Amino acid sequence: MLADAGCFSIAFDVPPYRLSGAVYGTLVNHRSALAALGDSVDQAPYNAPPKAPVLYIKPRNTLALPGSVVCIPHGTPELEVGACVGMVIGRTACKVSESQALDYVAGYLIVADVSVPHGVFHRPCIRFKARDGFCPMGPVVTARAAVANPDALTIRTYVDDVLVQTAATADLIRPAARLLTDVTEFMTLAPGDVLALGAAAPAPRVRSGQTSRIEIDGLGSLSNRFMEAVV
Amino acid sequence: MMRARVAYAGAIHEATPAGETAAADDSVRLADGRVVAAADVVWLPPFNVGTVIALGLNYADHAKELAFNAQEEPLVFLKGPGSLLGHRGVTRRPAGVKFMHYECELAVIIGRPAKQVARDQALTHVAGYCIANDYAIRDYLENWYRPNLRVKNRDGGTVLGPWFVDAADVADPGNLALKTSVNGKLTQQGNTRDLIFDIPYLIEYLSSFMTLSPGDVILTGTPEGVVNVMPGDVVACEIDGLGRLVNTIAADAEFGR
Repeated sequence: MLADAGCFSIAFDVPPYRLSGAVYGTLVNHRSALAALGDSVDQAPYNAPPKAPVLYIKPRNTLALPGSVVCIPHGTPELEVGACVGMVIGRTACKVSESQALDYVAGYLIVADVSVPHGVFHRPCIRFKARDGFCPMGPVVTARAAVANPDALTIRTYVDDVLVQTAATADLIRPAARLLTDVTEFMTLAPGDVLALGAAAPAPRVRSGQTSRIEIDGLGSLSNRFMEAVV
Repeated sequence: MMRARVAYAGAIHEATPAGETAAADDSVRLADGRVVAAADVVWLPPFNVGTVIALGLNYADHAKELAFNAQEEPLVFLKGPGSLLGHRGVTRRPAGVKFMHYECELAVIIGRPAKQVARDQALTHVAGYCIANDYAIRDYLENWYRPNLRVKNRDGGTVLGPWFVDAADVADPGNLALKTSVNGKLTQQGNTRDLIFDIPYLIEYLSSFMTLSPGDVILTGTPEGVVNVMPGDVVACEIDGLGRLVNTIAADAEFGR
């Protein structure tokens, strides 16, 4: 699969962290993201807050390297950058218990989950999240052993070197182990799959010509520039 | 040409129908010449599967509805590689759920990269077709990023096969009859001519924002006629010229739950 993702394999194709190309994101898993929705979670079209993890897929055409230029579709003024910790699965994870869940993680990396801003999460078009290049990741996979506690990481996002968001994985509704338990109850994750823990709200926005940089304790920094599409 | 990927006697093989008709599919011929019973091989998804793109609500019963719906954008969702399963596989039904159903769909397999492809060129990017059974468990439907992965992306929830059929061997993918039977009883019937968004449109639409690559597959949606299935039920999806895709529903106990 990664052969089709081109140079992506050069950066990550090092066992045991070879990525499979399957990347899952988690919506409204940060307390700020749920809080931003306010009372609307109990109103139509949602009618209730989410019960199971709200997942989505970043398909292989979205995968991109650190330093890649992300294309802003013509007529879209801004994009959102969802700064997340991504867990890289190390061994087949099916119905794992919360106490053992992190044993199934090979390591962690930074995921920039790029979206066309959309306010309603009922049935959004995949073109908001699945455009080419909309999922830069990197710069490396940091081994699990080098991350003392994935639930105690600070995520800082800069736009053109100005700090625009500081978020903590301590504020996740489902912390890393719990999320793995709830997800693998119904879907098996394979080595190299990435499960992103979810971004804080409001997500920083970027315009054409700007550069985002995400820094996470111990995971390094991921920078990408944004340019409007030439029609 | 119809090709399957099967596991047999310690290796994975390309296989072709050994009988006069693929519909019989009681034996297969391996590329190395051996002919073996269909029941003695493990059927894998018949191609190297990339991104799985699925359509919701893409069949209309009446031309009037079709005209109305054609004004809207397709309802598209994605499925992951962990959900893939081949012919004659087993899909788990969790205890306690009320409504688990199959969805017989025409699967369109991309053969060469497609980026901003116009409708009239769309079919030149198609390598072939197969049958898909896109399971759902409606009990888990919530109103967040519908249809959510707990409904649609379960292990064993994307059944593909038995054969990969070359595009050249499918005269008109826009006029194929589909049907599903449960334990031999016909439960679902339709025809791809009733697709609201047809295959050329879907390729034009999808490739307008995402580059499609070889192995990416579009599950084009299912017609009416989905019914609840229970452990032990044998679900067979058939499409004209593509064969018959069989799947069995199993209870938690078979999976150690």
